[in-house]
Amino acid sequence: MAKKKQRSYQQDVVGDSINSIQKVVKPSEEGGSRIVKYLLIGLSVLFLFVMLALPLAVVAANAWKEGWEAYRKAVMDEYTIKALQLTLLATVTAVAVNTVFGVFAAFLLSKFYFRGRQALAALIDIPFSISPVIAGLVFILTFGNMGWMGDFLDKYDIKIVFAVPGVILATIFVTFPFVFRELFPVLNAQGKDEEEAAALMGANGWRIFWRITFPHIKWALLYGIILCSARAMGEFGAVSVISGHLRGKTNTLPLHVEILYNEFNTAAAFAVSSILVALAVLILIVKSLVEWKKK
Amino acid sequence: MYVEMKDICKTFDGFQASDHVSFGIEKGQMAALLGPSGSGKTTILRMLAGLDRPDSGDIMINGFRVNDLPGNKRGIGFVFQNYALFRYMTVADNIGFGLEVQKKSKAEIKERVEELLELISMEDLGKRYPHQLSGGQKQRVAFARALAPGPGLLLLDEPFAAIDAKVRRELRNWLRDMIGRVGITSIFVTHDQEEAMEVANQVIIINQGKIEQIGTPEEICFHPKTEFVADFIETERFSQGGK
Repeated sequence: MAKKKQRSYQQDVVGDSINSIQKVVKPSEEGGSRIVKYLLIGLSVLFLFVMLALPLAVVAANAWKEGWEAYRKAVMDEYTIKALQLTLLATVTAVAVNTVFGVFAAFLLSKFYFRGRQALAALIDIPFSISPVIAGLVFILTFGNMGWMGDFLDKYDIKIVFAVPGVILATIFVTFPFVFRELFPVLNAQGKDEEEAAALMGANGWRIFWRITFPHIKWALLYGIILCSARAMGEFGAVSVISGHLRGKTNTLPLHVEILYNEFNTAAAFAVSSILVALAVLILIVKSLVEWKKK
Repeated sequence: MYVEMKDICKTFDGFQASDHVSFGIEKGQMAALLGPSGSGKTTILRMLAGLDRPDSGDIMINGFRVNDLPGNKRGIGFVFQNYALFRYMTVADNIGFGLEVQKKSKAEIKERVEELLELISMEDLGKRYPHQLSGGQKQRVAFARALAPGPGLLLLDEPFAAIDAKVRRELRNWLRDMIGRVGITSIFVTHDQEEAMEVANQVIIINQGKIEQIGTPEEICFHPKTEFVADFIETERFSQGGK
């Protein structure tokens, strides 16, 4: 008897747990969690709309406020074209420089162990933690007329501050860690067994890099380059300090937008902004493609 | 002696990894470096391979002092603990890499790769990538890759550690037979005394960077020289009996 009773009790327990599983599987039947769900989704959508969609719409609306002809005029303006050229020049240079050095630094810090390794890794991150305005000021204090290198540069007639080299230098500085930061964890996780194996077979560094390291990092590298480009194009603070805002000479697109805006030339400011927005959207598409392809 | 370590010392940040290590291995022998983890056995292997440098002492291979010779000039093949197969290359490219580096002709590489694939009975898997292989197959590829350039000495770092217990014994026999067939002098590192006793014909027992005893498996088993060796063999046996 007792045994039978126990068995039926066990069945009850099993039945209960099955019931409770059903409850877990169908949470939607409970009104409370449903409200929370839609509330959270609603909040997120609202946030995205106000923070992302609305500003984009405002840029578009303002850019075309005075009609297509005014838009075309602002975009095709001589100074706008020059600013676009300088932005692209600074971006391409910064990306090229940071890619080369980022790859070197990530390879060095992930595959070799030496004293001061941690300190070097921390140094590379400095541009992330320093305000871009400060970075610009640092360059002025170093390379400007009154700066440490001022006399030397003067002697050889090299202009860095308030000139194109300064703009490029500031852009490089601000975007310095992007490629490194993307590559470093990937290389670290790979370990160095494969490189050691290849070295033991007599492969030189160049061959080891192209045959073993590069295939492993190529997507991360592309991703780093994309992020670096996006940041380089939009850089304002450091470039603003060091450029001197010389129209047609040291103005990048973001600086040009600010000048137009300060001159109450709102339509033109937004028209020029739309170029930057278009570039950003382009980068976003490329980035999504890369992420999709990576999978 | 084909391989000789003479009074080797090595410290890492104050940690004595090798403490006056000396031993010699005859040509064609299969030696095991046996010891608990942290005893410094892998360090010895890495110094032989040229991956680490000794602080003092001489490393002799085939009658030459190789201390200042880079690893790739020492005529050695190295099988890594986790095989370290090149994951973006096919099995055939993995095996052929050493020959490719030596700038051998394509036909020559192809011939040697096919020969080795046949040796490890993986003729049809040359086009696979490492992640498509089982643990045992990976080890066989790592073995073939190490042999491809025709080294005089084969070094294996815990060759069975990454393989599950069931296949381990089978692979052990396979590797022993294979090395016997190729006739290459080999040294392998292990912390498993059963493995050392079964595969090697010379066992070197290491503890805390020092050599405790060198001898044949029988000598080690029946005539342990130090208390440590007796203890180590005893506890290992005991723990295996317990399983």
